[in-house]
Amino acid sequence: MMIPNLAHYRRRKIINAIMLFLCGVAAFLAVVPLVWILLYVLQEGGQYLSLQFFTELPTPVGVPGGGVLNAIVGSAIVVGTACVFSIPIALVAAMYAAANPDKPLGIALRFATDVLSGVPSIVTGIFAYTIIVLPQKQFSAFAGGVALAIIMTPIVLRTTEEMLKLVPRYLREGSLALGASEWKTMLQVTMPAALNGIVTGIMLGIARAAGEAAPMIFTAFGNPFFSTNLDQPIATLPHMVYVYAISPYKDWHAKAWTTALVLVVLVLGLNIIARVVTTWQLKRMGWR
Amino acid sequence: MFKSRTIVMGLLVALFGILVTACASATPAPQPTAAPVVTKVVETKVIEQTKVVEKVVTATPAPATPAPKAGSVLINGAGATFPFPLYSRWFYEYAFVDTAVRFNYQSIGSGGGIAQITAKTVDFGASDAILTADQYAKAPGIQMIPTVAGAIVPIYNIKGEDGKAITSAIKFPRTALADIYLGKIKKWNDPVLVQANPNIKLPNKDIVVVARSDGSGTTFAYTDYLSQVSAEWKEKVGQGTSVKWPTGLGGKGNEGVAGTVSQNDGAIGYVEFAYAKQNKLPYGAVQNKAGEYVTATVEAVQAAMADFGTNMGDKLALSIADAPGKNSWPIASYTYLLIYMDQTDCVKGKKVVEFINWGLSDAGAKFAKELDYVPLPATVQKAVMDKLSKVTCGGKPL
Amino acid sequence: MRRQATLNNEPQIFLLLVQMGAGTPTLPFGASERNPMSTMSLVKQQAAQSRLRALKQRLQHGDLLFRALVMLGALCILLLVIAIGYELWANSPLPREKFGWGFLTSREWNPVRQEFGAFPFIFGTLQTALMALLFALPISLGIAIFLAELAPLWLRQPLGFVIELLAAVPSVVYGLWGLFVYVPVFVRPTAQLFNSTLGFLPLFEGPVYGPSRLAAALILTIMILPTISAVSRDVLLAIPQSQREAALALGATRWEMIWQVLIPYGLSGLLGASILGLGRALGETMAVTMVIGNNLDLSSSLLHPGYTMASIIANEFAEATYELYIQSLIQIALVLFAVTLILNFLARLLVWRVARRVPTEVRA
Repeated sequence: MMIPNLAHYRRRKIINAIMLFLCGVAAFLAVVPLVWILLYVLQEGGQYLSLQFFTELPTPVGVPGGGVLNAIVGSAIVVGTACVFSIPIALVAAMYAAANPDKPLGIALRFATDVLSGVPSIVTGIFAYTIIVLPQKQFSAFAGGVALAIIMTPIVLRTTEEMLKLVPRYLREGSLALGASEWKTMLQVTMPAALNGIVTGIMLGIARAAGEAAPMIFTAFGNPFFSTNLDQPIATLPHMVYVYAISPYKDWHAKAWTTALVLVVLVLGLNIIARVVTTWQLKRMGWR
Repeated sequence: MFKSRTIVMGLLVALFGILVTACASATPAPQPTAAPVVTKVVETKVIEQTKVVEKVVTATPAPATPAPKAGSVLINGAGATFPFPLYSRWFYEYAFVDTAVRFNYQSIGSGGGIAQITAKTVDFGASDAILTADQYAKAPGIQMIPTVAGAIVPIYNIKGEDGKAITSAIKFPRTALADIYLGKIKKWNDPVLVQANPNIKLPNKDIVVVARSDGSGTTFAYTDYLSQVSAEWKEKVGQGTSVKWPTGLGGKGNEGVAGTVSQNDGAIGYVEFAYAKQNKLPYGAVQNKAGEYVTATVEAVQAAMADFGTNMGDKLALSIADAPGKNSWPIASYTYLLIYMDQTDCVKGKKVVEFINWGLSDAGAKFAKELDYVPLPATVQKAVMDKLSKVTCGGKPL
Repeated sequence: MRRQATLNNEPQIFLLLVQMGAGTPTLPFGASERNPMSTMSLVKQQAAQSRLRALKQRLQHGDLLFRALVMLGALCILLLVIAIGYELWANSPLPREKFGWGFLTSREWNPVRQEFGAFPFIFGTLQTALMALLFALPISLGIAIFLAELAPLWLRQPLGFVIELLAAVPSVVYGLWGLFVYVPVFVRPTAQLFNSTLGFLPLFEGPVYGPSRLAAALILTIMILPTISAVSRDVLLAIPQSQREAALALGATRWEMIWQVLIPYGLSGLLGASILGLGRALGETMAVTMVIGNNLDLSSSLLHPGYTMASIIANEFAEATYELYIQSLIQIALVLFAVTLILNFLARLLVWRVARRVPTEVRA
């Protein structure tokens, strides 16, 4: 085949090769800090990692042993509460935003979400403190959940909205043409088509919420004992990391790293489970 | 295909997790099973200028916190970070003394402690800083209760001319620290410092000043001291839990300051004494009001407390910075608990008072010393216990 | 014969006619009682009427409710943001009284003297967040492209997990690791390199401490990478295969296909991802506080310490002991709110000018 402009073509090929190589480099660059951090966390906190760490309550300084069982359960409760509040509202609002990008409410909603995503975590903590803790005169896991829900919502909302907008028109139109109503189309056609991306958004939101310590200070407050009460103070993993890390004691510093490791592993586990379930569900609905 | 890959990934991660746990468990881990009695062997080693108390625990492990009795009460407190390790130890030990109460203390800062007890979202507060008239007005009936005292030390990280780190205690004349933090003394080989340290070859390096960026009682005590030794500091900067530092970097928390200091050659910072000791940071000697160079020790802080005597007044709050005695450490301060003199919850109020009495007694003082805090002198202790006996509930004595 | 709008061949027009109250009851043009076509048309009419009833029912019981529900959800979010803004506003009257607009330009932050100003923090926040976005965008895009287009199939899921794992690391850990490992090992030598080669520029003038605005920007880069990459990857994956094939069929190289077809197609989604990343960068508290040096320095040098709005709130809120102090901090949160709003508006304006696309909509 005759290539009309050989030099130009060669240049395009070179650019192609360089840019694709750079993309690979970028991916590698992303892996480096992660491995670095994980190795460091492992190295610093590995000595305390044992079954005991997962099953015991924290001990004070000078008393050996102890674990973070209350924080694991506490984090699960607080993040679970946050999910219950934020995921439904975020998904529903995202459906609106995706369907009405030009209406004033849609535009306002998009701005509102972006602004919400920029609120510092400590400010959401203070907000939850003002509207829940102060009137009740009580720190509580519930307040912590609300603070985390505020942090999670913009991530889930934005991602869901973008994913919904990317579902090809022919899928939606086909469904409508077959006589399905709007909500049926949305729930059974559009959402499943975008499900992978939506799950990414939810996972990112949970990962962010599970790792925030600053909002917990004024809402969930922390608790050295085991508690599952929504209206009592409760311990959470990132808060424990913070408390252990700022102390003067070396063994507490190590415990801080171990707790961080536990948190990261748990979130990763959740991520994997979510992906497996998503794939299974999509297969069941006939999408794969 | 997709699904099986995910499962394989999941299994790999699980395998990785198990391997990590196995490896970690293989290394000698702390005691796994509980037994009723803990025996501790405490060894004291002296390493250069620091006295390191190492706690070596023999075979029997620490008992787990006893399960609370039915109907036991949970008491929440919040405040200063400085006494947190001590209070958490006290609460743990007290759970064996009185199984009907559990204490939950969170160190959110002195200001936070004051704010929360004022808003009555907690049952007691804790603060290193002395309440102002404004704060007393907002929380009528609040009472400061001193529990222990602590010291703040200047830490530094300098490599001498020979490239080796200077580990001996640098002597700081009385106004030197204030001048350094004001930016007036800029180099380590400033004549003022050289004259005070004939045995140390101070290099010609810039002093990198590091302070606490977050508000804290440590800063409050430190700036209290600086205001007392330097009129210029008092006028230019003043005292508070958070001030506008004329120069230097800000580190968040003790670990932020220590971290920043350790990374900059020629840096100076200030941290709590317990922090410097536990992390084996070199710290300096300071010239006190009597002209003597003292290093921070339990005895030096006790001397400072004794200097100011028992005259704490009705408010039971007193600054012990810049003590005049010969052996007194000048950068010291009390830390206080905050309770209402008239409690609204009688059960909780009684438990709190009982606990404080226990903490101030010999039983509590033992743990204080173990963790590098300085218990109250006998005369102050008596005054505090007197005050505690006057706490009422709904007008009636507890 | 005139083709009549029916539900099947022209649903929009049919619905419109129904809503307008016209359409179905009329006889088809050219038909009459005596026309042999009329029976069929009558049957058609009745069929159309029952379809109309069915449609009305659906609208009444299904879709109207659905539309109302989603609008309610949207309003909830809007209300939440307004509530936060209102709370911040209502809880900070004192600094506005005392300083007015001067709060935004004042460089003084002195809790002892009771003088407060937000300028150093606004400057620090903007500098670190925008720098972080500048560093992170190309890398995230590269990662997303790699994951969506270039990586071999067996690598995609694990690598994707690895990226999302970065998002799971708590911000406290980033702060501590940043201060004790990242800054001395990577940031400081980099800063010294810049200083020794480009030190004559005010942007890189020393002295070089570890903690600095550059350190904050670099750690923020790592923190916002996973968000932007993961969402961008999903955006790219969602683009129909037909687009790719069309580009390649026309003779584009792989890179040209990605750059000239996929990216523009997914621009809205990529922008959304970047905004999320920017939001995180603006609001990140713990990690930035540990590595930025917390100094009210206003020089333009990247290597000097700085201060951000989120940091000052995190540092001083728990200890703020008098009203003006607390309210000034809340005012700073309000300023951050406003800054986020303005930045987002500008970003959207920029993309609109560049892309000039009518945004695709989802019609459920």
